[in-house]
Formats: sequence, C-alpha cells, structure tokens
Amino acid sequence: MGKRVGMEVSIAAAEAVKQCNVDVVSAYPITPQTHIVEHLSEIVANGELDAEFFCVESEHSALSVCVGSEAVGARSFTCTSAQGLALLSEITYIVSGLRLPIVMIVANRTLSAPLSIWNDHSDAMMIRDCGWIQYFVENGQEVYDHVFISYRTAEDREVLFPAIINMDGFTLSHVIEPIELIEQEKIDQFLSPYQPLYSLHPDHPVTMGAFALPSIFAETKKAQEVALCSSMPKILEVWKAFGDLTGRYYRPIETYQAEGADTLLITMGSFGETASVAVDQMRAEGRSVGLVKIRLWRPFPFDDFKNAVKGAKHLVVIDRAVSVGGPKGPVASEVKSALYGMEGHPAIYDFVAGISGRDVAPIDFIKMVDKAKIEIEEGNQEGYELYGVRE
Amino acid sequence: MTENLNVFAVRTLTQKEYFAPGHRACQGCAEVLAVRLVAKALGRNVIVSNATGCMEIVSSPLPFTSWRVPWFHVAFENTAAVASGVEAGLKALMRKRRIPRKKIISLAMAGDGGTADIGLQALSGALERGHDMIYICTDNEAYMNTGIQRSSSTPFGASTTTSPVGKVKMGQITWKKNMPAIAAAHNIPYVATACPSYPIDLVQKVKKAAAIEGPAYIHILSVCPTGWRSAPELSIKLGRLAVETGVFPLYEVENGKYHLSMDFPKLKPIREYIKLQGRFRHLTDDLIEEIEKRVQKEYEALKERAKQGV
Ligand SMILES: Cc1ncc(C[n+]2csc(CCOP(=O)(O)OP(=O)(O)O)c2C)c(N)n1
Ligand code: SF4
Ligand SMILES: [Mg+2]
Repeated sequence: MGKRVGMEVSIAAAEAVKQCNVDVVSAYPITPQTHIVEHLSEIVANGELDAEFFCVESEHSALSVCVGSEAVGARSFTCTSAQGLALLSEITYIVSGLRLPIVMIVANRTLSAPLSIWNDHSDAMMIRDCGWIQYFVENGQEVYDHVFISYRTAEDREVLFPAIINMDGFTLSHVIEPIELIEQEKIDQFLSPYQPLYSLHPDHPVTMGAFALPSIFAETKKAQEVALCSSMPKILEVWKAFGDLTGRYYRPIETYQAEGADTLLITMGSFGETASVAVDQMRAEGRSVGLVKIRLWRPFPFDDFKNAVKGAKHLVVIDRAVSVGGPKGPVASEVKSALYGMEGHPAIYDFVAGISGRDVAPIDFIKMVDKAKIEIEEGNQEGYELYGVRE
Repeated sequence: MTENLNVFAVRTLTQKEYFAPGHRACQGCAEVLAVRLVAKALGRNVIVSNATGCMEIVSSPLPFTSWRVPWFHVAFENTAAVASGVEAGLKALMRKRRIPRKKIISLAMAGDGGTADIGLQALSGALERGHDMIYICTDNEAYMNTGIQRSSSTPFGASTTTSPVGKVKMGQITWKKNMPAIAAAHNIPYVATACPSYPIDLVQKVKKAAAIEGPAYIHILSVCPTGWRSAPELSIKLGRLAVETGVFPLYEVENGKYHLSMDFPKLKPIREYIKLQGRFRHLTDDLIEEIEKRVQKEYEALKERAKQGV
C-alpha cells in the first residue's frame, strides 16, 4: 500500500502529472485551477520533473501548444476552468478529430455572466460533444488516480483520444484530503512512455489536419464516433488494471445502496459523497432510497446506466448546469434518452442544484427526494426545478 | 544588375520540390510560389504548422497532400502556439533521449489575416517566449480564402468585399499595419521582409532564419491575382513593382539593426504599380498622390533607420 498523506487535491493532481513524467506542460491561470499550475511550475523549477513548462498568453494557446507537442510525440498536459475552457473550446474539437491523447484537468467552474468563480458544471456541459473521453471524479483520490488512468487509456493505440478529468472547483480543488500516493515504480509499471502511432517527424513525413470536403467528411466523423464508442472495453480494462495495482477499482457507473431501491438519486462529481450521506440518513429511516453516480460522461455508458436503474420507480437527477431554453438539465436529458423505450421505465424528476457553488447539504438531497415523490405521485412524471431559488 | 543576378542565380536553387505540383492554387498565385521557395530553402528537416487560409486549403484536400515534409494544420489563429509546441515537444523528447538529437526546424506559416489580425496574440506570445522557430507571414493583403475580405494588412484605398467602393467610401480607409515592426518590437534576433519576385533574396533570408537560434519572423508580400484583380501573368512583375516603388521595401532587422536588402535612389512612380490592379481602379489622382507621399515618407524613414544602424 502506498503512503497516505493529507494534501490539497490540486497539489495531488500536480504530483500525479509529475509521476506521469509529462514532457510538456502549458497552461494559463484561472481560479479555481491555479494551484495545479502553480505547483507544477514549482515542480519543474525544482528539477523534479524534466518538462518544458510554459505559462502562455491564453488558454487558447495553452491547448494549442499541447497540440503541437503531442503531435510530435511528447506527453502533454494542460488544465483550466470555465472562461478558460470556453476560450480554448474551439481547439477541443480539433484535438479529438486529430486523435491526440492530451490529458486536461478541468476544475469545474460556472460560466459567466454574471461572473462567478464558484463551482458548477456549466463549463463542462458547453463542450459535452467535443469528442474527448470525459470523467467526472468524486474526491481527491479519484483526481490523483485518474491522471494515470487517463494517460494510459488515452494513449492506448486502440483508443487514441484526449481525456478530460472534471473535478469540482473549490469543493475538490481547494480542499485537503487524505490521498494514498502510489510508489513511482508502480506507476512506471502501469504507464509506459508514450509511443505515438503517428507523429510529426522528418524521417516519416505525414500530413495532419487536412481539410475534408463533404464527400469525405461524414466518413471521418463516423470513424471518430465508432472509435470513441469502441474504446469502452479499453477504458474498463485500464480501470481493472489500475484496480489490480492499487486495490481501487473504478466503474463507469457507481452505485450505493441502489440494490432494490424504489428511488434513486443520480449525481455526477463531488455531489456523490454528500448524497451518500443523505442516503444513509434516509435508509436509517427505513426509506428505500439509493444512489447512482455517473463517473464516465463520455462515451456515455448507456448499458451500465440502464442496469443500474433497473427496477427503480423514481429517479431524482441532480444536474449542475442549466440548459437555457433547452430540454432541462443536461444530465437528465441524457438519462431520459438512455431510458427511452425501456419498458416500465422510472419516472424522472430533474433538479438543477448548487449552481455557482451554492451549498447543497445532505438535508437538501432529502428535500429533493421528498419533493420529487410528492410531485411524481401527483402525476408529474417529468418534473423540473431549479432547486432552492428564492422567489 | 541585381535583377539579372536574381534571374540566373535561380538555377543554383535545389531542383528538389518539397511542395509538390498538383496543388489547387489559382493561376499566377505568388503566395504558393513563396511557399514553394520557403520549402526549398528549408529542405526536409522541417515540421510545418500551417494556419487555415489559402495555402492550407490548396494543399491538403483529404486524402491528398502537396506536402513532402511533415505538415500540420490545426486552426486559423493559433499557428504560432502550435509551432511553439512542436519546438517544445521536440526539445523535451531529444533532451529525454526518446528521439535522436538532430536539428529540426519548426516553421509556422500563416496569411496576413492569420498573422496581423486573429493570430497576433498567439504570435506575440510565441515570440516573447523565445522559441527557436521561424514564423512566416504570407501577406496577400486580405482574407483571400474566404472571399477577399479586408484585413489590417490591406493597403489604403484597396477595394475588398468588406471595404468596397461605395458612394461615400473609397475602399480600405486605414493604412497597412506594420507587422515587421511589431515583430521586431519583441526584440527577436531576426526579422525580414521578402517577396517571391526576388527568389534568391527570399531563399537566403529563410536560410538565415533557420540558422539563427530563437524566433525569426519573415513577412512575404504575395501577389494574389484573384484578390488584387490583376492579370495572372503579371504576378512576378507586380511583386517587383511593389519593391521598386517603395510600397514593400525589402529589408532585414538583425538583432534590432535595420538594413535594406536593396536600395533605390529613385523610387518608381507608384502609379505603375497601382494601375495594374483592379482593386485600385477607382482611385483618384488625389488619392494616388496621397498614397505616394505616405509611401515615400515611410521609405525615407526606413532608409534613415538603416543608415543610422538602429
Ligand atoms: C476562428 C476563425 N475565424 C474565422 C475563420 C474563417 N477564415 C478562414 S481562413 C480566413 C482568412 C484567411 O486569410 P489570411 O490569413 O490572410 O490567408 P489567405 O487565405 O489570404 O492566404 C478566415 C477569415 C476561421 N477559420 N476560424
Ligand atoms: S486566392 Fe490568391 S492567394 Fe489564394 S490561391 Fe488564389 S491567387 Fe493564391
Ligand atoms: Mg491573406
């Protein structure tokens, strides 16, 4: 077993990047991602990591530098939040189209306006369809672990997709948690140096980033979609290998007290831990409530999700972003499309809660479950509410 | 004299082509000629990062490519950042002994729009960080790829689809942005202007840029018959006239010191250059005179700088 130490989650993330022996780091500061970049710059300044480190002039360039370095075969890392993610979003679609396995941590933060530095998932939802593998992690240990997991998965020749680790800003990025660090020898065993399938080098000239006419574009997109969906077995395989190494096994969908539960809370990210406390309380009162946590957002694990909610009567989805003028919360829309056509599928009640970092305590989850129960029993099968708004 | 030298010395250039024939540029395109010469000058040990624009579109229709060297296109405004990442990645990999050490040039290439407008920030960042790379702006004085819209590099008076001639406006109402001066203001070791009508000069400058450590910036005037509404067979002549009239002087800025690559004691009348281009067709005598005055003033200032060695 590795050493267990109390450390800020952002520091742990930076340590993991160091342990991956990343070659190029390029980033631009934005709250709440800053501590990762700051700590990485210290690591490089102290010679603990042999990497080219650039604090560039914008997030757009931060990711663009990584695109250049990754394309020559260098393992590259960047991280950002909210406005930064919005600024570099143009490039996210290009990175996945080019099949460059860059890893990016997003310390999730609210998108302006109004300006807010606090946490929700509006930034992640903006680039939902950018074609990256997208994880939502629940605690500091998962952040640390997923840096290794992401590189190994992304760089696998049967995958070759970039990966985003979404971690809630402040609630994860700025808290001190006990983290079990993994010995370097184990990491070296788990993650070998990046061996690109294609790279830019004069010894084997290739053209990357050619333009496509309508006569060929659809074929390239189809190839990309098929490739991302068929990387699921690899994603699972890497999680399994990581579990064998550390004892920590991860799944695309995690359940807690869900077996046979009538009502299931559905969460993504750090809400999972708070919601599990609420579930314990409700269980203690003899209520049949469980929890389903989505860890893998892209490719969306439709089958695992369906299995996890089979038999439940009510689903209470907790979204953390508003889809203004759209089909309510983005997670709920995914859930609905996953279950569409499923016989006797559960009623789905959608809450958007905790946007811009507003506190959501265990009692709030209980209140949401209660509210959903009343509404559903009164016949409102697909309710939606922005929870806790003062009116 | 210099003209003759240029004509014959062309034969001293390598016959190897790294930019293959069969591309889709328009007839008489001097921008693609510039690209071909740059590719010749740099040889095979190069990685090209190319911005969105004419040169990207004419050379890379999937599944074909005109490029016999590694070539990369990512987006419109980030080419300097991409090329700096290429340089950084190679540096890290060589230092960590994961690829053999050898000199590989990271070349960024973008049009005037991709350089002077939307890509200026990324370019400034890359120059300031001091990457060992070459940045080439192929300046055809408008956004040609998207249909001849104005850029900040479009000259005063030129009509484009977004600086049209109307009842109250006479084409572009702003003066051409001085990109080489902006690049030089970053205190980089090498800045130069070039034009494919002077191929030897162009090739020499590109080779010099390759030999220098640190960022180098070369601004290449590239005649575009489609956008300039000029006859395709006049492209080389027009490039010469741009230089001989003082509209586009050829010079270098080495470690901050300016010097002219060729000097003309007497500039040719600007009218000779302007009259061959449909984009200037509407210009009145007064406007032409105004342009000529400005060009002369700027040329004198440049000459003075070069004379004083600053
Ligand atoms: C972010 C973004 N904005 C706009 C465009 C559309 N666009 C593509 S190329 C181009 C103009 C290119 O002009 P220039 O850089 O001068 O190159 P040229 O085609 O003239 O060689 C424009 C506006 C784009 N691709 N990306
Ligand atoms: S539009 Fe102009 S720059 Fe573009 S290919 Fe044609 S001639 Fe060349
Ligand atoms: Mg142009």
